[in-house]
Amino acid sequence: MRPFDYFAPETLDEAISILRRRGDGGRLLAGGTDLVVRMKEGGLRPPYVVSLRKLSELRGIEFSEAEGLRIGAMTDMATIASSPIIRERFPILADGAALVGSVQTRNMATVGGNLCNAAPSADMAPPLLAVDAVARIAGAQGWRDVPLQEFFLAPGETVLQNGDILVELRVPTPPRGSGGFYLRHTPRQEMDIAVVGVGALVTLPNGDIEQARVALGAVAPVPMRAHQAEAVLAGKPVSDEVIARAAAIASQEAQPISDVRGSAAFRRELVRVLTERSLRGAVERAGASAP
Amino acid sequence: MSKHPIRLTVNGGQYELAVEPHRTLLDVVREELRLTGSKEGCGTGDCGACSMIVDGRLVTSCLMLAVEADGSDIQTIEGLACDGRLHPLQQAFIDYGAVQCGFCTPGMIMAAKALLDSDPHPSFEEVQRGLAGNLCRCTGYTKIIEAVMVAARQEAL
Ligand SMILES: Cc1cc2nc3c(=O)[nH]c(=O)nc-3n(C[C@H](O)[C@H](O)[C@H](O)COP(=O)(O)OP(=O)(O)OC[C@H]3O[C@@H](n4cnc5c(N)ncnc54)[C@H](O)[C@@H]3O)c2cc1C
Ligand code: FES
Ligand code: FES
Repeated sequence: MRPFDYFAPETLDEAISILRRRGDGGRLLAGGTDLVVRMKEGGLRPPYVVSLRKLSELRGIEFSEAEGLRIGAMTDMATIASSPIIRERFPILADGAALVGSVQTRNMATVGGNLCNAAPSADMAPPLLAVDAVARIAGAQGWRDVPLQEFFLAPGETVLQNGDILVELRVPTPPRGSGGFYLRHTPRQEMDIAVVGVGALVTLPNGDIEQARVALGAVAPVPMRAHQAEAVLAGKPVSDEVIARAAAIASQEAQPISDVRGSAAFRRELVRVLTERSLRGAVERAGASAP
Repeated sequence: MSKHPIRLTVNGGQYELAVEPHRTLLDVVREELRLTGSKEGCGTGDCGACSMIVDGRLVTSCLMLAVEADGSDIQTIEGLACDGRLHPLQQAFIDYGAVQCGFCTPGMIMAAKALLDSDPHPSFEEVQRGLAGNLCRCTGYTKIIEAVMVAARQEAL
């Protein structure tokens, strides 16, 4: 690793003013599981690094029926996967967090880092897209809220400008009778990157699908929603046929590439299979959460 | 680049050091503190040979900057034996043939310790999962998992 200047500010304001003062090229450090690897092996040489570790504004998980869920950007995967409120009300988020890396990775890797790194395969992206998460960002220009759907621009690129910090994610309270599920395909059971990941969320207040979300990872330049598949599901009673149709449409909506992890055709087929499975998982959980 | 003062507690001992920000916790523990039990296999978080317990949580110290560990309480493999007696995990690794070349062993034992600290009676699958971030090129894992299961039973006695 090349030398760099290091700052560990104690407040968000201080962090933002360091970024403003030092200008372009600096990097924010969260858990370091992407950044330190890139600085060691990827040739990334930031002149300065700002650690987010002391910023209490970026920590914590809170929930209320009125306000919904708030997850601080510095929350690590192990904490998300084991949080009682997330497991009870947002199990799709626990699914994603529990799949990331190893015990060691999950203790270090943060949700903010996962999103800001903007890998197409990021395992928290489809789950958070499926629950309509909103990114709350602080920067030199003040605060702004960006729906996660608009957050990713390209592989490794987000709406964050130099000087911006992702502070937290806000998730609305799920309607009664909703359930979500995330799963991925990897050649190895643990410690692998998703070839395809699919998150699904359904709301079944009385047996019919009132609303559905299907979010896909690793099959396009950015994590994406399969809007047409969602539209097919909305308003229909749950059936094998409608799930199969939605899955087939999702696989057409995907824009996969071929790479070492799989060919485009294989990924399309995986989208179909995994969309079916995640929709079934979501329906089952919605049933369990219905009164 | 300027050095930053940090304070570490390592295996109960207090250390005050000045470190350059680009040095990892693994480098500093090995090269400054001369505790060379923790190994560098990959340097990129994939093999677990550098595993340490930092503030009660298992991490890959090759991906943690030493400056980020300022103020932390760190356990490494050197801290497990007590008054000349090996930790039950260490003894079980020897007794059950879970060590061959030994390169993965310090990290493997720290991962096993972190697992047993949080779950004293893991199932076979839970041990597999708890050690999934630790690679071993020699043993084939069976004996390692067996040793951890045995140590878990002994600690319960
Ligand atoms: C062994 C290993 C296994 C892995 N397995 C998986 C896996 O299964 N699934 C998966 O999705 N990922 C995996 N990863 C990748 C990585 O662990 C995750 O993407 C992780 O969530 C990144 O978070 P971090 O806190 O470590 O981010 P960092 O590395 O600290 O930061 C990543 C990037 O985001 C920026 N950033 C971080 N926080 C903020 C913020 N609050 N505001 C603005 N910018 C910010 C940083 O500047 C940097 O550019 C793995 C990595 C390793 C080393
Ligand atoms: S050396 Fe740290 S994980 Fe391999
Ligand atoms: S004993 Fe040689 S790598 Fe595990």
